[in-house]
Amino acid sequence: MRALLLVLAAVFGMVAAPVEAVTLRWAAQNDILTMDPHSQNHATTHAIMQYTYEGLSRYSKDYNVEPCLATSWEKISETQYRFQLRKNVKFHDGSPFTADDVVFSYNRIKEPQGTNQIYVAGIKEVKKIDDYTVDFILEGPHPLLLKNIIDFRIMSKAWSEKNRSEHIQDYSKKEETFASRNTNGTGPYIIKGWEPDKRIVMTKNKDWWGKMDGNVDDVIYTPIKSDATRVSALLSAEVDLVTDLPTQDVDRLRKESALKILDGHEVRTIFIGLDQHNDELKYSNIKGKNPFKDVHVRKALNMAVDREAIKRVTMRGLSIPAGIMIAPGVHGYSKEIDKVEKYDPAGAKKLLAEAGYPNGFEFTLDCPNNRYVNDEKICQALVSMWARAGFNVKLNSMQFATYIPKLLNLDTSAYMLGWGVPTFDGLYSLQSLVRTKTKGADGSFNQGRVSDAKLDEMIDQMKVETDTKKRDALLKQALEITRDQAYYVPLHHQARPWAMKKGVTITYSLDDRPQARFATVK
Amino acid sequence: MILRQLWEHDLAWSFRRSPVTIVAAVLTLICVGAALLAPWISPQDPFNMAALNLNEAFTPPAWEEKGVAQYPLGTDNQGRDILSTIMHGARISLGVGLASVFFALILGVSLGLVAGYFGGRIDAIIMRIADVQLSFPAILIALLIDGVARVALPGDQHDQLAIPVLVLAIGFAGWVQYARTIRGSTMVEKSKEYVQAARVIGRRPLAIMISHVLPNVLGPVLVIATIHIATAIITEATLSFLGVGVPATRPSLGTLIRIGNEFLYSGEWWITVFPGVALVVLVLSVNLLGDWLRDALNPKLR
Repeated sequence: MRALLLVLAAVFGMVAAPVEAVTLRWAAQNDILTMDPHSQNHATTHAIMQYTYEGLSRYSKDYNVEPCLATSWEKISETQYRFQLRKNVKFHDGSPFTADDVVFSYNRIKEPQGTNQIYVAGIKEVKKIDDYTVDFILEGPHPLLLKNIIDFRIMSKAWSEKNRSEHIQDYSKKEETFASRNTNGTGPYIIKGWEPDKRIVMTKNKDWWGKMDGNVDDVIYTPIKSDATRVSALLSAEVDLVTDLPTQDVDRLRKESALKILDGHEVRTIFIGLDQHNDELKYSNIKGKNPFKDVHVRKALNMAVDREAIKRVTMRGLSIPAGIMIAPGVHGYSKEIDKVEKYDPAGAKKLLAEAGYPNGFEFTLDCPNNRYVNDEKICQALVSMWARAGFNVKLNSMQFATYIPKLLNLDTSAYMLGWGVPTFDGLYSLQSLVRTKTKGADGSFNQGRVSDAKLDEMIDQMKVETDTKKRDALLKQALEITRDQAYYVPLHHQARPWAMKKGVTITYSLDDRPQARFATVK
Repeated sequence: MILRQLWEHDLAWSFRRSPVTIVAAVLTLICVGAALLAPWISPQDPFNMAALNLNEAFTPPAWEEKGVAQYPLGTDNQGRDILSTIMHGARISLGVGLASVFFALILGVSLGLVAGYFGGRIDAIIMRIADVQLSFPAILIALLIDGVARVALPGDQHDQLAIPVLVLAIGFAGWVQYARTIRGSTMVEKSKEYVQAARVIGRRPLAIMISHVLPNVLGPVLVIATIHIATAIITEATLSFLGVGVPATRPSLGTLIRIGNEFLYSGEWWITVFPGVALVVLVLSVNLLGDWLRDALNPKLR
């Protein structure tokens, strides 16, 4: 009997083990916007693009900066870094990676029609020294350079030029280029195909220079918009990993014996932005002026939001109510300054009357319906909370792919956005969201066009301040001013548990980017 | 006197003899009444955002442990009273159903009359179009029209125009049945003497079609229309369930079922089950009424 079992085990073991390619089937709510790695600063797009395109540095499993396409770097002076590039690295089409590609990619990512300039902000020039050495000439001291350039991904110069993709697509005009539909990176996985709204298929790059920690050969990413369908797919084992769980289902999934939940907080703050630039508010019944320019009105909006109720009911406990624009885990965050505005609809009404709107006014809230956890439901809740303070808010919710061009065209009066911090430093949020809008990295997602000369000055100083103490003080002060002036309506910092099959082992990532190279699937 | 005549009429007699029909009629009356009077009799106005309280969201039905009498069927994820949303939702479902049947009826009857009366090439063209359309499922045609309208209309008008678009889409998907029925009976009628007489005294074709032929061919069409109302309500619910119908800010029954569907796994079953039950009751009773009407008007079954 025992011998028979052994034979059986041997037979089945031999049949099962060697041939099967290991596939990680991953599902989340939304699709990537483009395959052009320089075009859109969008978390899902970056999360997929990092499989195939790499930067000079990268994060290790525990979020320290480690070498990637550069093997080492040295600081020649406060404004000059020298990078030694990795040799014998090949792009997926077989062409070699050299300094020319770095210079080319630097000039490309800076183009104004993209939204990723922030990752090369503070760099004046990238100079080729020889084929495997480049110098970064900085505008001033840049304490965060190595973290900042992680999402500055390198494209092949020859490939881009051959396929007429030297320039970034104009996403706001829905332009497509060869590079927005095809990829050619150096990364651990090769994208085999992208069927928009259906699936992205990736397969292991056998010639990759690095070492894989995991055993995943193929990755299939499926965007599933409907919450219930996404959970069903996991329950019926059609997918192995779901990274944005509907909050209402988390408790039930915890009880499933075939699944496990990885808890974690994403470093992302969800907030409402307000048009503070136009002289007349669009989509409103107020003519000839813009009430959002008045701090009283913005404060009233803040006071009328019952963040605890959103946390308890809509988020089922999976959020931290927010008072400031950065989340725990981001440098600059402290409980002490993250003071949540007290819910006070009567007070809001009074403030509104003081500002000259005793009967409130009407405006439109633009809201994505497939991007953030419970985005549309939160917006609906906001509409009713604000109604109690006297605002008559119309909700305009749409898919993220339609939503983003609308925001980029500044065609909005009030909008929901979530801002994650890939550099794990508060400056990133302040520079993108609060700094006066320019064509480049400054104010790159300041779509309400907040403009405060004092804050601009502080932010610009932070970029170059190398004295940590002074810099931290500036950071704190800037976050406090943003909070006290109510330039935004912060809602909460979002928690994002992942659910997966018991056989999947993966490292939780604070930036919500699961990495298949760290994953094993049994 | 008139009442007495009505009471003794064939239809009334067959109605009295069928308990199922009586129940169906009562249920239909309740549904229609609740839907029509929703703005006045529903316990809460679910569209008044200021009246909603997020802290009362997910309240279970009154007979459950945590239920409260204020919300007899519980509340949804925004704190809306389910009973009130069902009443308002049924109003939209019924409205869309009736309007689209009316539209299909007008379109189908006029095309059928024209085809049947004139015959020849016009008849061939109209009927071939009808044949082609019959080879597609109605829901597919409705989806197609809805999809085209969505692309063609400017973004900010989607929500305002969602209901008219839906009515057109469902109406277009359903005209064929009317056209075929009318065409058949028109071809029979047009060779009868009264039509020939009308033609001889010089009445114009349009007048003959409307005042002479139409009243004599309309009977069967009314039966089809009754049953079609139920189908149209289901089509609307399907479209809304798929997320292409009525927007979530003005939910119909189908939209309510879709919204509630998200909460099935987490145990808040009442958000989707009650609108579902309401839809089933409404459609079933309208269907039963239609069936009865068909049988009662069918001379062969008497």
